[in-house]
Amino acid sequence: MAAIIQVYGTMLLRALGQTLLLTLLSLLFAIVIGMVFGLMNVGHNRVLNLIGTIYVDAVRGVPLIVLAYFIFFGIPAGIQGIGITGFRLSALQAGTIALSMNCGAYMAEIIRAGIESVDRGQMEAARSLGLSYGAAMALVVVPQAVRTMIPSIINQFIITLKDTSILSVIGFPELTNVGKTIMGNTFKNLQTWAIVGVMYMVVIVTLSKVAKSIERRVNRGR
Amino acid sequence: MEDKQLKIHVSRLKKNFGKLEVLKDISLDIHEGEVVVLLGPSGSGKSTLLRCLNQLETATDGQILIDGHNVTDKRTDMNKVRENIGMVFQHFNLFNHLTVMDNMTLAPVHLKLMNKEEARAQAKKLLERVGLSDKADAFPSQLSGGQKQRVAIARALEMKPDIMLFDEPTSALDPEMVGEVLEVMKELAREGMTMVVVTHEIGFAREVASRVIFMEGGYIVEEGTPEEVLLNPKEPRTIDFLSKVL
Repeated sequence: MAAIIQVYGTMLLRALGQTLLLTLLSLLFAIVIGMVFGLMNVGHNRVLNLIGTIYVDAVRGVPLIVLAYFIFFGIPAGIQGIGITGFRLSALQAGTIALSMNCGAYMAEIIRAGIESVDRGQMEAARSLGLSYGAAMALVVVPQAVRTMIPSIINQFIITLKDTSILSVIGFPELTNVGKTIMGNTFKNLQTWAIVGVMYMVVIVTLSKVAKSIERRVNRGR
Repeated sequence: MEDKQLKIHVSRLKKNFGKLEVLKDISLDIHEGEVVVLLGPSGSGKSTLLRCLNQLETATDGQILIDGHNVTDKRTDMNKVRENIGMVFQHFNLFNHLTVMDNMTLAPVHLKLMNKEEARAQAKKLLERVGLSDKADAFPSQLSGGQKQRVAIARALEMKPDIMLFDEPTSALDPEMVGEVLEVMKELAREGMTMVVVTHEIGFAREVASRVIFMEGGYIVEEGTPEEVLLNPKEPRTIDFLSKVL
């Protein structure tokens, strides 16, 4: 095991960096996507409700690995099919899109549930003071919703981090993919996957501890 | 009364929730400085009527004019009209993530009716008036029910409304806290605020109301001065209701 770490240590760390990069990018976009579709589902506009529901159902109904194949191979092939050549997505681009869409759908549900958990009276009181729907949402409802959303968002963050390993199938050089390479070179299955597993675990446990302390700070004094 | 300005004009108001007709045909005029108490059994539509006045419920049919603004017209800027109508809720609805001070200053500062300093100075005065000057930095969760409701009243007054709506303001309170809230409301009435109050506090109605309206089944059954309606009711349904609550 020491030999593997000695030879492949930097490669593994770089791969971990790629994993984190993909996770953070996806999470960032997912929060935006989740906000948009989550708010669509909260309001009472039927057209927006429908769009929101279709998005969430469609993305949640497709396995991430299929979504990744579709975006990485399917979409460039389709674009080539209509006569435009040379369009390609890098593994990072396709991976980020697939993971953002996937995570965004779950995020939309988290945000919708969080907002709906806030008592209706809060919105009514804010509106009765003359605030617009948007202002009441932004100043009164969402700040209270965020508090109930934090545990679920942390959870989703961890799931997304682990889901990056699925994107090894489109050749993105993240941790699992590099694990495969090392295994191919060394044939040391047990040691390689133990190291990769521990690396994921250390990062995830650390992140969830940090997240927990943020959660505690947000909830303090309430 | 006739020389006073007409503040609220309701004509032929109807409100349905799906197939359920909650308000069937309500017409009502309220003038400046009046304290109107809405009485009636639960389900009679009194809270719905109150909530229609500031359009927390949109009317199904009929017309409501507030200070001459037709609030049942979709083109009316309802947010602007609501700035002049304070509302106090049964469950207080204080913003739980904000301190008492921030609860009070949020709307007027955001709507640029006052700057932060003016809003804070006025909030301090109002808190003093409701006997809570030491609670400015407290969070709602640190207050008793009666204190919460007094903050809620102060928050509504911070907007300098000329109409105040009260939706069962004491129904969620422990008995020993009802008095402190009613006291604040009585003072407000004495100062000439136009008030519409949904309540089960008959004593409050008798003491401060300029008019009592008894509702049942989505209609106004009887209305008049407290003496007329509470002491000498004419309608059998009013008599029946009063015999149960008095």
